[in-house]
Amino acid sequence: MTSTWLSDVPSRGRLLLAALLAVLLAAPFVVSSYVLSVLILVLYFAYLGQAWNIMMGFAGQLSLGHALYFGLGAYTAAALYAKFGVTPWAGMAAGAIVSAIVGAFIGALGFRFRIGGVYFALLTIAFAEFTRILFDHIDWVGGTAGFFLPVSNRDSNDLWNLRGDPTMFYYVWLAGAGGVLALCRMLLSSRLGYYWLAIREDEVAAQALGIDTFRYKIAAVMLSAALTACGGVVYAFYYNTLFPEPIFSVARSIDMLLGAVTGGVGTLMGPIVGAFILTPLGEGLTIALEPFQEVLRLDGIKQVFYGLCVVLIVVFQRHGVWPYLARKLGLRQLTGART
Amino acid sequence: MSALRLRDVSKRFRGLQAVDRVSFEVPAGAIVALIGPNGAGKTTTFNLIAGVTRHDAGEIRFGDRPLDGLKPHQVCAAGIARTFQIVRPFGELSVEENVVVGCLHVTRDTHAARTAAREILERLDLWSKRSQRAASLTLPDRKRLEVARALGTRPRLLLLDEVMAGLRPTETDQMVAFFREINRDLGVTILLIEHVMRAVMALAQHVIVLNYGKKIAEGRPDAIVRDPAVLECYLGEEAV
Amino acid sequence: MLLDTYVNQIASGILTGLVYGLAALGLSVIFGVCKIVNFAHGEMMVIAMYLALVIFRWFGLDPLASIPLVAAVLFLFGYALQAGVINRLIDVPDHMQFLLLAAIAIMIVSGCLMIFGPDAQNVPLSYAYDSYEIGPILVDKVRVFAGGGAIVVAGILTAFFRWTRTGKAIRACADNLTGARVVGLNVQRLFALSFGLGTACIAAAGCILLMLVDVHPYLATEYTLLAFVVVIIGGLGSLTGALLGGVLIGVSEALAGLLIDPSLKSMFSFGLLILVLLFRPQGLLGKRVQ
Repeated sequence: MTSTWLSDVPSRGRLLLAALLAVLLAAPFVVSSYVLSVLILVLYFAYLGQAWNIMMGFAGQLSLGHALYFGLGAYTAAALYAKFGVTPWAGMAAGAIVSAIVGAFIGALGFRFRIGGVYFALLTIAFAEFTRILFDHIDWVGGTAGFFLPVSNRDSNDLWNLRGDPTMFYYVWLAGAGGVLALCRMLLSSRLGYYWLAIREDEVAAQALGIDTFRYKIAAVMLSAALTACGGVVYAFYYNTLFPEPIFSVARSIDMLLGAVTGGVGTLMGPIVGAFILTPLGEGLTIALEPFQEVLRLDGIKQVFYGLCVVLIVVFQRHGVWPYLARKLGLRQLTGART
Repeated sequence: MSALRLRDVSKRFRGLQAVDRVSFEVPAGAIVALIGPNGAGKTTTFNLIAGVTRHDAGEIRFGDRPLDGLKPHQVCAAGIARTFQIVRPFGELSVEENVVVGCLHVTRDTHAARTAAREILERLDLWSKRSQRAASLTLPDRKRLEVARALGTRPRLLLLDEVMAGLRPTETDQMVAFFREINRDLGVTILLIEHVMRAVMALAQHVIVLNYGKKIAEGRPDAIVRDPAVLECYLGEEAV
Repeated sequence: MLLDTYVNQIASGILTGLVYGLAALGLSVIFGVCKIVNFAHGEMMVIAMYLALVIFRWFGLDPLASIPLVAAVLFLFGYALQAGVINRLIDVPDHMQFLLLAAIAIMIVSGCLMIFGPDAQNVPLSYAYDSYEIGPILVDKVRVFAGGGAIVVAGILTAFFRWTRTGKAIRACADNLTGARVVGLNVQRLFALSFGLGTACIAAAGCILLMLVDVHPYLATEYTLLAFVVVIIGGLGSLTGALLGGVLIGVSEALAGLLIDPSLKSMFSFGLLILVLLFRPQGLLGKRVQ
């Protein structure tokens, strides 16, 4: 069954993928620490975008409150580590379970009460904001003052406790992004994937074919939430400080989906491609404009750029950059629902 | 033995009695047509059988099972598949993938599903278009795809909602031949809503006529077209 | 606590709530007519606030007096946005439309950040500390003006929709788009007009709000969400509903400030939103939306 894993991807595509992987594996040894940090950002967005894409692109449910799961994962694992010395990997499992349950709850509420589209998106925002303000008042994890993880010296890499230098985190993110891509690929070739796409396309028709759409939609939300939470954990251990505002905010929720939207919602490679395009461009823009630091206040320029990208994508290439690119490169037949 | 049995089934939508104490039986292995003017309650009846809406009164049985209160996906699991009056293909998926979704109802394995899908697509002469995006198909092809997809679930009863609408006479004849074939070879019971009389006369062994939510006649096709009550509801009192 | 305190807080809440209602009014118009969820709502209000701020600094004009000018500017902005961009995207799926406006929102916030900086700024009004005494109630003069201004603008808008020909045409579009097309209404132009009216409304609300709070770029998200809460609770497409919803939120915020921690008041609003979305998505006065 897994032998057909990549068999319907043209050999050119397999080659490109292998080349990309090789480059990424070797990168830390050749690039500067700044470029490494940018690459970490790229992989971070690729991972989170892919996780979000499962819910939106595959099951067709718009969530603008994914920061909720990100934050729940981050705080759960951080608290378990700082207060009880539990390894972040176990913390990750705990965070993922918590987020999956919360996601199932929100999804169930939304789907049971037939709340679709925009209203559901607003529901997700409401839950995220609610939690943000809640965490502002939970002093056990710092509240507004912030939660700080004990930082050890960066002499040795401790993967078990996720303490280490950026290179270690780089490989963790790479494994994550690669892993999530592989997972999605596998899912799309399975019954679950087919059913998700069917639900996305036409839920009523899907039901007439024997698909219990409620169950499968919940499954998508739970998986998406759990994966996002894991991302939050790595983030927490990389930055070592947590504040409710930047972690649970709507801005973060939107950040997470920018890559997926730019690359192509509902496609397999879209979120990855999107992250690889958007992040370096954003960073490059900041660098290019540095000489003008005196005249313009630069704090907002990256956001303006990202916003503009989304506007351009929606207006000119609403299916995202990847489908267009893939066709040009001959990597896709006409129907690419599963690439 | 009857495959499908409706007894005194009623459905009201606020001010309108859409289905009014309708009773009929569809014998196993038969092809039965449900006809009537627009607004007679035919599609509502289908929706009641398929579990899309719940009937207010009466009983619907399939084989020895009551269908009351089942959700659409459970009705499908019971062995009933349906097509929609306005076709609902999975637009962004390929023709093959559409049918595979249907076949996955019978097996979890995507390979087995693809094999089953191939067989159905070949039967319906869609195999050559298997990689095309469903949304890009012509209407007759989309209708065939809808039927193919429904057949993927290996139903015992197939509900066809105006599947001939918009087809040219040759295409209609092809579809008729196809339905006769699957009825004969696979033993699929068929209940079809139709306006295209050509198809009704060629296919149906038994015809049920609805008007204003009530059953006004039933019988063999050649008897029905001469029935005064039926003529009246289509042509008006004066014409009869 | 004394009854007086409660009464004062409620009065204050009602007046502030009217301003919230006015802000939500704009959103309601845009959604009710154009069926667009304006996720950049709060951001547009913040633009208005900054404009009013600049006008105050350069010309010493009271924010209330700047309303006509600022509203006109934002009307043009909204009109151009709908006519130039959104009208082209009719068949785009809902979530893309949502994202488009969210993107515009991000650009606006960042733009404001770059031009005005992150610090909170306000208009020091000469009567900022005066108050009116109406019987046992003691309310800030500013709030009375704010509430009054909101009612006036809302009144003008309602009058427009009820008595002018264009207003009726717009209501027709909202009610039955196909029907409106069939009778020959220029739907594209009316959509653009409605969007413009919506943004003009938000502009007025912004100017008035500047009298009550300090402005900073991050205020935008808060008010976008607040406007949505108000509109959904009051009911999409209902003008009275928007005002009612605003008052409800205003009062509950005021009471929350008294009874529990003031910083929890938004949490309360969101909780209310969740409940309304689940049990009465059409809101108090709205029609059942599909």
